[in-house]
Amino acid sequence: MKLKFDKNFCEKCTTYDCLTKCQYMRLDVESAKKEIMRLINGEETFILNECVTCYACEEYCKKGNHPFYLITELQESKGILPAPKPIVKQWINMAIPTRKDTQYFPNSREPVISLCLFPEFMRELRGKLFEGVSFILGRHFYCQLAYLHFGKPSVIKERLPKIIENIARHGFKEVVFFHDECYSTFTSYANAYGIEVPFRPVHFFEYLYNKLKALEDKVKPLNVRIAYQRNCSTRLTPDKEQYLDRIFELIGVERTQREYDKEKALCCGGIFRGQQRYDLFVDVQRRNVEDMVKSKAEYCVFNCPYCYYTLAERVYKAGIRPIMLHQLCRLALGETLR
Amino acid sequence: MNKKEVHKALAEIVGEEYVSDSKEDLYIYSRDPGLAEPHEADFVVLPKTVEEVQKIVQLANKERIPVIPAGASLSLSGLTIPYKGGIVIDLRRMDKIIEVNRRSRYVVIEAGVTHGKLKAFLEEQYPDLCHSLPEAPPSATVVGNLMIHGQGHLAQQYGFNSSMVTGLEIVLSSGEICRIGSCALGSYWFSLEPFPIPAGLFLGWFGATGIVTKAGLRLYPKKKLRDVEVFVVEDPNLVPEVIYRVTHTEMAEDITTSAQPYPLMFRDIVMIQIYITGDEEEELEFKRKLIWSSLRDIINSKEGGFMTLAPNMKIAFLERPMSNITRFADVLKGGGFVYCGAIIPIDMFSTALKKLFEIASRNQVTFSHTGRVIGRGHCMMFSFAYPFNREDPESMEKARKAIQESYIATLEIGGIPWKPEPPIQRVLLEKMPRETAELLKRIRSLLDPNGIMNPGNWSV
Ligand SMILES: Cc1cc2nc3c(=O)[nH]c(=O)nc-3n(C[C@H](O)[C@H](O)[C@H](O)COP(=O)(O)OP(=O)(O)OC[C@H]3O[C@@H](n4cnc5c(N)ncnc54)[C@H](O)[C@@H]3O)c2cc1C
Repeated sequence: MKLKFDKNFCEKCTTYDCLTKCQYMRLDVESAKKEIMRLINGEETFILNECVTCYACEEYCKKGNHPFYLITELQESKGILPAPKPIVKQWINMAIPTRKDTQYFPNSREPVISLCLFPEFMRELRGKLFEGVSFILGRHFYCQLAYLHFGKPSVIKERLPKIIENIARHGFKEVVFFHDECYSTFTSYANAYGIEVPFRPVHFFEYLYNKLKALEDKVKPLNVRIAYQRNCSTRLTPDKEQYLDRIFELIGVERTQREYDKEKALCCGGIFRGQQRYDLFVDVQRRNVEDMVKSKAEYCVFNCPYCYYTLAERVYKAGIRPIMLHQLCRLALGETLR
Repeated sequence: MNKKEVHKALAEIVGEEYVSDSKEDLYIYSRDPGLAEPHEADFVVLPKTVEEVQKIVQLANKERIPVIPAGASLSLSGLTIPYKGGIVIDLRRMDKIIEVNRRSRYVVIEAGVTHGKLKAFLEEQYPDLCHSLPEAPPSATVVGNLMIHGQGHLAQQYGFNSSMVTGLEIVLSSGEICRIGSCALGSYWFSLEPFPIPAGLFLGWFGATGIVTKAGLRLYPKKKLRDVEVFVVEDPNLVPEVIYRVTHTEMAEDITTSAQPYPLMFRDIVMIQIYITGDEEEELEFKRKLIWSSLRDIINSKEGGFMTLAPNMKIAFLERPMSNITRFADVLKGGGFVYCGAIIPIDMFSTALKKLFEIASRNQVTFSHTGRVIGRGHCMMFSFAYPFNREDPESMEKARKAIQESYIATLEIGGIPWKPEPPIQRVLLEKMPRETAELLKRIRSLLDPNGIMNPGNWSV
């Protein structure tokens, strides 16, 4: 499995957005050019050590040339670990299926939602939006993309075909991915490595939007101001972000104007902590939450459970109510949350 | 006196409903949840007052009947099993929390007060005070814990729980009632010192020298906020250094260790749980920062790092006591679990862990290790823990072998088995210099000339 990466794009590039737009490393066009050349030639560069693995450069590169995937490849080939060895080991071991993990869900029917490693949401995806859905979940369906944060793309490449096979065995035409990371794996990552995916990955936003649209007459606009917290993998598949604003419009919420949104969104910080960049973790969370407060947001909306777990407490302490996107949608349908 | 007459005499002391020699009742008191062989008691009594305890002991001493003081019998090493029959004195009806002196931070309790009761009481009435809580089930008694030199969540800051005792009331084998500490002179129970400290004649003796009926115990500031950081390493040789650095900061409340094969994310690593407390977020953050920076170069070397805890994990780590530890007891179903708590110098951590792996693999048993730092790294409790299925004799036999080997391993590495079962107590007595064992024997015969107090324990 080889990364589709075209050196020519970088050689001809004039803006080097992938690095100049980076929010965690400061590079001007000149130095960005120098470092890019080092990257594409597989040479040593501080980028490999300093990269916080926020994934954003994948979005900044308008040529779709996968600068981030290249970084992770180089990190691995040079033995650069973004996190301590035992932490990486824990993450790698965590996803090894055990006897308790279900490999096949015989009764599942489309529409099917893959819940990744978040069984706790099975109790939450209820109500009108989720009538008649089936779930698949667990380690046999875990997308493995998180290893990009740990300089271990080989683990993804080794395990992903089996995961795809596990899903494909069910014969689904479409699979809705609750976790953005899964969706981005089966689209962006699979594409970049020429991995075939025999079903159509559907993003949870698209699913929610279509469902809400069908239930439009039951929607009561919420009339609240929300700050949105993007998660890292959304950078791999920015196209589907359009659904988000359509959802917000449908349910009558106002996405506040703030500095750290959209392209300039800040990471939830969770991965920085895992990489032991504690000061950065604290600083990024502080800036992000202060920005939400400044924008007068009443809710902070998350799409990734991991971001929620990382940031919700801090958001809450700042007087903003943390909420998952599907919960917000359910509120708009007049449903009560657990 | 024949058995019937003893029964009658006991009934006169405690009331008919609080004495029993029925098979069903004796079944429970003839064993504990560990692996020691059961032995049947002749009677079980549940006194309510110190005077009743006094009379029971006087009767037993006169009739040369063994008495076995018991709390919840959760020590798991057969310490309340009536090896020579006799009267089990279940102290759990004596469950009054007598007094809290808030300003002097101590509590006076009766012998049967459980950790659960004391914790709940303090949380409700004195939310800024706490006692050092072990991970034992809440039904375990505080005094039972003192009698075995237990350790709780404040061990790293203040040492063994028995060193937090401020006063004792004891019924001697003669039936005399004795008070030790400031309570011997007046109504305050604030300190054992500056007397010569005879409390050592009772604490750690498993009830073989007297029955404690009341204890004064230090309480400590309880901060409003509590959090945990979990540092993980692959190389167990790093653990002593990590503990050394963290204890040097004096920022941690509790420091515990764990290693276990399941779930897989815990395999082949050692976790060091570092608990921090504070009344304000800033205090917590300040402590956290100092702890992180104390380990910075280990982090930079990529040999260790702090875990990011999922919320459910964090909840489990922050629970007091941690119910996961009790849950481990039932991991093989059939509810059996034993552990050898080794008190070891922290330097011996990796040797102890290696022994644990060897023992578990030799005996084909699953295992878990939890440990707790005692004092500022002065020593630690290192547990070799094995679950077993009570319905499966083979699994019990394997666990029995593993636990015996763990005791031996503890001695080999220069540690001291904590709350050892009687056969291991004998090994210890044999291993120590003759003069030391002789001293213990003399103390014991002085305090219990007729050998009626929990016989089988600390017997030379
Ligand atoms: C899952 C689990 C976790 C545990 N974790 C911990 C831990 O973290 N720290 C820890 O220290 N312990 C721990 N323990 C061990 C034990 O349960 C506790 O120490 C407990 O507090 C002992 O109290 P008990 O009432 O069970 O004592 P018992 O077992 O009833 O008694 C202990 C000994 O003291 C004697 N005794 C009891 N009361 C008196 C008295 N009034 N006067 C004289 N002698 C008396 C008994 O004869 C016996 O020899 C754990 C046990 C389990 C099962």
